[in-house]
Amino acid sequence: MKIVIVGAGQVGATLAENLARENNDITIVDIDANVLRALQDRLDVRTIVGTGCYPDVLVSAGIEDADMIVAVTRSDEVNIVACQVAYSMFHTPTKIARVRSRNYSNPEYKNKLFNDKHMPVDVMITPEQVVTNYIQKLIEQPGALQVLDFADGVIQLVGLRAVEDGPLVGQRLRAFREHMPNIDARVAAIYRKGGAICPTGETVIEDGDEVFFIAAKKNIRKVMSELRRLEKPYRQLVIAGGGNIGFRLSKALEDDYNIKIIEFSDTRAELLSEQLDKTVVLRGSATDQELLLDENIDKTDVFIALTNDDETNIMASLLAKRLGARKVMTLISNPVYADLMQGGEIDIAISPQQSTISSLLAHVRKGDTESVHSLRRGAAEALEFIVHGDEKSSKVVGRAIEDIKSPPGATLAALVREGEVMIAHHDTVIQSGDHVIVFVVDKEKTKAVEKLFSVGFSFF
Amino acid sequence: MHFAIIARVLGMLLIIFSLSMLTPVLVALLYGENTSHTFFIAFAITFLVGLIFWLPSRGSKGELRTRDGFVVTVFFWLVLSSFGSLPLMLSEALQLNFIDALFESISGLTTTGATVIAGLDNLPKSILYYRQQLQWLGGIGIVVIAVAILPMLGVGGMQIYRAETPGPMKDSKLTPRITETANVLFRIYLCLTIACALAYWGAGMSGFDAISHSFSTVSIGGFSTHDASIGFFDNSAIMAICCFFMIIAGLNFALHFHAWHSLRPSMYWADPEARLYLFLLLVGAIITCCYLYYSGTFDRNESIRQGAFQLISIMTTTGFTTSEFHNWPSFLPFFLIFLSFFGACAGSTGGGIKIGRMLILAKQGVREIYRLVHPNALLPIKIRNRTVPTRVVDAIWAFMGVYLAIFYLMVLLLLATGLDYDTAWSATAASLNNLGPGLGAVATNYGDIGGFAKWVLCWGMLLGRLEIFTLLVLFTPTFWRK
Repeated sequence: MKIVIVGAGQVGATLAENLARENNDITIVDIDANVLRALQDRLDVRTIVGTGCYPDVLVSAGIEDADMIVAVTRSDEVNIVACQVAYSMFHTPTKIARVRSRNYSNPEYKNKLFNDKHMPVDVMITPEQVVTNYIQKLIEQPGALQVLDFADGVIQLVGLRAVEDGPLVGQRLRAFREHMPNIDARVAAIYRKGGAICPTGETVIEDGDEVFFIAAKKNIRKVMSELRRLEKPYRQLVIAGGGNIGFRLSKALEDDYNIKIIEFSDTRAELLSEQLDKTVVLRGSATDQELLLDENIDKTDVFIALTNDDETNIMASLLAKRLGARKVMTLISNPVYADLMQGGEIDIAISPQQSTISSLLAHVRKGDTESVHSLRRGAAEALEFIVHGDEKSSKVVGRAIEDIKSPPGATLAALVREGEVMIAHHDTVIQSGDHVIVFVVDKEKTKAVEKLFSVGFSFF
Repeated sequence: MHFAIIARVLGMLLIIFSLSMLTPVLVALLYGENTSHTFFIAFAITFLVGLIFWLPSRGSKGELRTRDGFVVTVFFWLVLSSFGSLPLMLSEALQLNFIDALFESISGLTTTGATVIAGLDNLPKSILYYRQQLQWLGGIGIVVIAVAILPMLGVGGMQIYRAETPGPMKDSKLTPRITETANVLFRIYLCLTIACALAYWGAGMSGFDAISHSFSTVSIGGFSTHDASIGFFDNSAIMAICCFFMIIAGLNFALHFHAWHSLRPSMYWADPEARLYLFLLLVGAIITCCYLYYSGTFDRNESIRQGAFQLISIMTTTGFTTSEFHNWPSFLPFFLIFLSFFGACAGSTGGGIKIGRMLILAKQGVREIYRLVHPNALLPIKIRNRTVPTRVVDAIWAFMGVYLAIFYLMVLLLLATGLDYDTAWSATAASLNNLGPGLGAVATNYGDIGGFAKWVLCWGMLLGRLEIFTLLVLFTPTFWRK
């Protein structure tokens, strides 16, 4: 696929890296020649220096025969205009823009403004909102390392670390049924000492394993209780950094949780205090020990560091953990830092790019990929497909799971049929129209899985 | 430095290169010559050494860094030149010693076209074909061919590509992906070669000669299957075809791509480098023809014919000859070889300093004059209304300086071996500019100069082809420091 990416910031660069590895023709446009030079050295992409919404620049980036434009610069307006130019002059089929302002993304205006008559943006992504949702789900499911929604949230994939005190730990997966006769769940993958294990009925879960399982949303907590002692729901949250994400998160959670938010800038803190009703807004530094102690950091359930500076986030989190915070979550943009910190003092490292990329990948992938989630910092993937075709044209329709030749490392974990969740068993037969959720241990296998779910020519 | 990956890439490329020694076998079979075993032995040795490099490191993963790219490129030219000399050394018809075979092989791969062999017309066709093929492979750069055919180098391909591409601006890619870019270049090269061969054939060359000469024309090499070079045919149509394809191959291949892709031939004229190149060719040809005529060397028609051909051949650094230009009035041989320093355009198969660099230098000269008139003016150097980055301008100055320094160092070394000044000067220029024929003792071939002089010229040819810095960087301590 030929893709033009406008903006070589963190989102743009990470997206380019992901897509270039999947054999797409990528051209990146940015105004900063130095950033582009560094990128060109690292990736097999073409780079163009210039303002990404000018027709001339887009032409030299090859927009004329591009399949998609993804505008992810810092400026909403540049992004929207880039999509408009691509649509009006070059009829680019898919146009994705990063739009941060809540005013544009307000549902009331959104549909009137963003359509092919006015501002032709097919997909709007707001990385801040994506990250906010991601953190929100983690807070709603205490103990989970990662929570992903499928089929509009009916079904969830949860990653967690198994702990000795869970009743199922040390037992075979087969015992799942006996423990919970009424609940259907499926373990999609187990990571032990960095390597992936494809689970069978005989696999024994050990202490410290990272387990990914899939279940209906309402059953998630019960399944989790089998794998580790259930944690009390969180109550007390301290958020460090009142930027875009910090603010959105407080706004979304302040009705159900006691939130304190620490913000360094006077003006921003003032603004926050005006816009937030129940949240306590504190002006100060998140790395100030006295401030944290005064605010009862030792009684805090979760400390969430969300400033736009990685080092500050890491330092503040380490300090909060030392002072007695039960859990710390840390926003880390630099993937190298994220690898360094994960699994140490910091309970959960949140990579903003990874979650943003996931929401973009679904649009880039071929066929009827409904959603794509990157897991374990991009090594694994969970995909949701909509199945089409009939027994002749499709390789999966009308076949039981055990008869489908899925590539090694891929697990067909669950399906949703007419809104109802069905956990996949060896004799489950797939029908046309099902949403199938597939867990891929190794991202390299994604192509093969996509091929499996694509429809043969006889369908058309 | 990732030695395992370097070994894997080198081994792989060597295995591919070994396959190119099998095509002469076909030629030998076709003409019923008894040279097949020579090529088979050379093939087996090259293949096995490639395998020895490749097998232990085949599983190594990871990507080539910038430094590895330099090592691979330089080592590959060195290793390839050495192995490329095998068939020449083993051949009974040639009876070449090691340095002569190496000289011939390097001269072929760097598209220089200087030869140590006299009596080409009596050699087996398979060996003649092999020499031409060496030039063809070296013309576009064996690495580009490898990248085009095998998408195995990943991002590292860019590092190698950059180290091998001639010209001042090395970052421009024609298409987003390096494999695709290399592929495009390769296809242009192939099309030009086929067109050239057909044209030669139509103009009366035998099939064998047409293919052989198309290889050395499009690669701006200059090897011929006859001692008298293109002069052997004594055919105006062949000379015209040869001129046309030398000019085309001396243009930037990126320009060919853009012009053909958008079907706008006017793009050639819009490019300042191409314009200067064509302008210099025209002016040079006029001077040469007039001088030939007024000095009474040839009559009018012959002056135009010989003058234009010889100028194009020397300035594009091809090195075909149709008459003994070293015996022309002494202004002309020096004038022609001087023009070979300008060479062809950046991104072409030609040698020399490249027109693009000369253009930027000239603009800088003009800028200094402007500055005297307008001391406060800001005067960036622009090509096609785009400012040339200061880094590029700096790099060009350094390149010029080092080029001249190396040039005179080589002249001195050759003088030290006892050669006369004409020979030393022209032989150095001919090797560093990848030109081929020189003056004095090396006017027809390089067989008579000493072994040490040949070594010096071998390095000169490699330095010229790799544009000096790529090769020199390996001899700096910084490069090897951990």
